[in-house]
Amino acid sequence: MTMDDQGNVLNQPLVVINVGLKSFAASLEEQDVEVVQVDWEPPAGGDQEMIDLLNELI
Amino acid sequence: MPSGYVIRKHEYYDSVFLMSVNKRLSDTPGIEESAVLMGTEANKRLLDQIGISSPGIDSAQPNDLIVAVIGETNETVADALENLDHVLKMMTVGGPVSSVRTLKAALERKPAANLAVFSVPGEYAADEARRALHSGLNVFIFSSNIPREQELELKLLGRSLGLLVMGPDCGTSILHGTGIGFANRVRRGTIGAVGPSGTGLQEFTSQVHNAGGGISHAIGTGSKDLSDAIGGLTTLAALQLLEDDAGTEVIAIVAKPPGKETLQALLNRGRTLMKPLIGCFLGIEQASIFQAGPIQWGRTIDDAAAQALRAAGVETKALAEVSDSEPKEQLDSIRSGWKRGARYLRGVFAGGTFCYQTQQILFDAGIAVYSNGPIDDAYQLSDPALSQEHTVVDMGDEHFTLGKPHPMIDSTERARRILVEAADPGVAILLLDFILGYNAANDPVGDLLDTIQEAQAVRRAAGGDLTIVASVCGTPEDPQDLGLQVKMLSEIGVLVFNSNARATKFCVQLLKGQVV
Repeated sequence: MTMDDQGNVLNQPLVVINVGLKSFAASLEEQDVEVVQVDWEPPAGGDQEMIDLLNELI
Repeated sequence: MPSGYVIRKHEYYDSVFLMSVNKRLSDTPGIEESAVLMGTEANKRLLDQIGISSPGIDSAQPNDLIVAVIGETNETVADALENLDHVLKMMTVGGPVSSVRTLKAALERKPAANLAVFSVPGEYAADEARRALHSGLNVFIFSSNIPREQELELKLLGRSLGLLVMGPDCGTSILHGTGIGFANRVRRGTIGAVGPSGTGLQEFTSQVHNAGGGISHAIGTGSKDLSDAIGGLTTLAALQLLEDDAGTEVIAIVAKPPGKETLQALLNRGRTLMKPLIGCFLGIEQASIFQAGPIQWGRTIDDAAAQALRAAGVETKALAEVSDSEPKEQLDSIRSGWKRGARYLRGVFAGGTFCYQTQQILFDAGIAVYSNGPIDDAYQLSDPALSQEHTVVDMGDEHFTLGKPHPMIDSTERARRILVEAADPGVAILLLDFILGYNAANDPVGDLLDTIQEAQAVRRAAGGDLTIVASVCGTPEDPQDLGLQVKMLSEIGVLVFNSNARATKFCVQLLKGQVV
């Protein structure tokens, strides 16, 4: 696949998934961009062993 | 001194939110110090350093909220902690409401999504970004502290999937006229920009806008992209995208010097690029780039903006350049206010790129300058907290921001440093930057206005003037009202310029004419 393919972010209007700082999502909304906010939390309560295990499964 | 803490299990908040709660708590009368953070190992160490530790804190997890305060009396401590619910509730109002907790759920809600923006703690960002790439999303990773090998892996994955990986440690992009992260509001036009530094792109795009031009897209690449370890993978991908983009006629790269092999790769790419390419590599030795090549070089960000505008055929409004000789009377008049012995410049910067560019301009003028982020290792400050002779400080450096907000969001640490410099009788000039745009402080000048006036008063009481020079990075379209920000500075006697390079060149003239 090359940059000419459908993944090319310069060829389509932005639709954003914002993971983390809500202020980033707010500024995108202010600019009339379609955005969905993910209220992120550390996976597995931040337990690294559990995270590694989850990463293998997902 | 009395102290106390509470731990809220399974209450996770983002860092900007935590900072705003902390600010509110630390402003409470009777509270000496406060910390509002998640229970990560690094944060627990920070708490230990301010003398707050307990088995309860030791067992806190990264998704547990810890609030700790040190106050004048047991009562003030207890009151502050009891008031926590109220503060949390008050600060939560107004943010976007979301019930989505995972990337997968977000994609189900917006199947047309094409970009994921990550501002999660660095240790989790690579896993999240990898998932996004595998889901066909381009990514913008604001998070920093991601190991080089993970950055390389993500960028190679992005390349193989035909997806753009902006970051890690990416502060700014403007795509389709939309600012992502810290970005100024600029008109659309035919100039494309690429760069690893947020403030570098902000200054470039603002200069283009203010001169009457416009930006097609500005692509942030992440602070390490041009290192030889990463090899400019995102920069090269961005060049390809902008070359293919029908709306882009000219391309500019604004950066610190690339690694040796990466510079060669860029030069090679420049030779085949079908559009004019402007390069500004701040701090690079002049001789090393002036080999005949495909890139037009700009020594400063302003030069690069002027060249890009020319190449794009934009009839610019006159770029107010500081001439090599400001009226001698004006310079003499400023210098005559300095008390005997006051001869040094101190720069206290929010923007790392501005700190760097100022050093380049001073060294080019034959003025040696110390820094905590030095252009020349021989001029590394031995202690970032202590200036010597001419010094410029990047207040966004880790030394000042560990566990604390960046100076573009919160001016507390910068205010402290400004007063320290003003109290030093050897200081003649204070050089500052103010950065506007989305996600920057709501009122960057207003936040420091009292401090600047206090600095002026401190100096007057000691005899003599402190010359304060400032640049404001932004456009009239920014949410903060550029005109008002400039006016507030001018009204209290600050000499204001519309770019860091111009402000610095003015300082050079003041310093050069000194009678020592």
